[in-house]
Amino acid sequence: MTDMARAVGWSRDEMARRAAVDIPDGSYVNLGIGIPELVTSHVPEGREFIYHTENGLLGMGPSPVDGTGDPELINAGKKRVTALPGAAYFHHADSFAMIRGGHLDVCVLGALQVSNRGDLANWSTGAPDAIPAVGGAMDLVAGVDTILVITQHTTKTGEPKLVESCTFPLTAVGVVSRIFTDLAVVDVTENGFELVELAPGIDFAHVAKRTGAPLAPINPDMSGG
Amino acid sequence: MIDKRIATVGEAVADVFDGATVMVGGFGEAGSPIELLHALIDQGATDLTVINNNTGSGEVGLAALIKAGRVSTMICSYPRTANSTVFPELYRSGRIVLDLVPQGTLAERIRAGGAGIPAFYTPTSVGTPLGVGKETRVFEGREYVLERGLTADFALIKAKRADRYGNLVYNKTARNFSAVMATAGRRTIVQAEVVDEPGRIDPESVVTPGIFVNTVVEVPNPLLESALVAQGASYP
Repeated sequence: MTDMARAVGWSRDEMARRAAVDIPDGSYVNLGIGIPELVTSHVPEGREFIYHTENGLLGMGPSPVDGTGDPELINAGKKRVTALPGAAYFHHADSFAMIRGGHLDVCVLGALQVSNRGDLANWSTGAPDAIPAVGGAMDLVAGVDTILVITQHTTKTGEPKLVESCTFPLTAVGVVSRIFTDLAVVDVTENGFELVELAPGIDFAHVAKRTGAPLAPINPDMSGG
Repeated sequence: MIDKRIATVGEAVADVFDGATVMVGGFGEAGSPIELLHALIDQGATDLTVINNNTGSGEVGLAALIKAGRVSTMICSYPRTANSTVFPELYRSGRIVLDLVPQGTLAERIRAGGAGIPAFYTPTSVGTPLGVGKETRVFEGREYVLERGLTADFALIKAKRADRYGNLVYNKTARNFSAVMATAGRRTIVQAEVVDEPGRIDPESVVTPGIFVNTVVEVPNPLLESALVAQGASYP
């Protein structure tokens, strides 16, 4: 693992920044808990995103200063947030009408595993002692047009998270379009995983070795997307 | 005269019976009707099936009802949250049944139930363990699973304002499941910080029209779940 230690790659913030680049101006965006939340700090100059939180708010703003805010103004992770000018509150059925009805443009989520057909596993490890909990993940990936995943390329023990076939319980089948990892940006295409971009200091072989399914090199016609 | 007001939370939940299905509004602590839940603990009804997105936190509110052994089945989407310890312990020891439902499917099942729709198709959960065994149908080349509408004997709801007709306004993201549950409870029981005379709420601003509400009780300064949990409070 010494080469891992030497590798440069992208930090959590850099992964979020790279993902934000791929979100078009004017998008309605839902962000999962964890690294995806960092997207809000890296919106490219000149773009405006409106954030949706599935517990009933469009126009979600940053967390309030510690100890302030309203305990009944929270995000899906149950943390206090703010409502920006132009925000709207709504009930859960309307919120998921936005999601399933295809009204949201982009959802950025974390993952346990993504398969080279775009299958996503991100809600359960299936461990026998785990309490199953799904929240809104299955509705989001079934309903939102563009599903982006931000994740470390491998697990803490070095197992690939980009795989031929998910071994963890699925969240949905064939929904992920692009994956942003600490090592690379990878597209899910009809032909499987295809490299889009390498993180600084990372070469193709380094990424391919840590990917659990065949990885096609950068397609010169599609790069930079 | 139509007057849905009742004086105390105890009277409000007096009719909840053993074996009842009870929808409890709220998402985390936002919109959790803590005073009605505590009154339900005092009232004693047991073997309840409770529908809520979560399972409460600490040992107050919904978590306290579960801890008191009154809940035999939880229908929810996310039974583990920060400070949620009561449910996991009972679940692991097999003393409570979990019916896990994706959050949007849960919301739509409740909306459908309240709207008189017995079932509907949704793409959510297709090809996943939560879609297994469900009737499926293909529309325009895409597969959907059949989900059933949900109703309940009682819905316990927290609102910001009410009037004596039962018109309701909520507070920010506390609207969440409450506004749909209010439509799906055969008896919808509401605690509100203020209960006004009719006309004090602008008709353009009414979120839940009073037709969906049976009982309103004024609870001017509702307890805050996170504050109680931080104090290590336990009910009763």
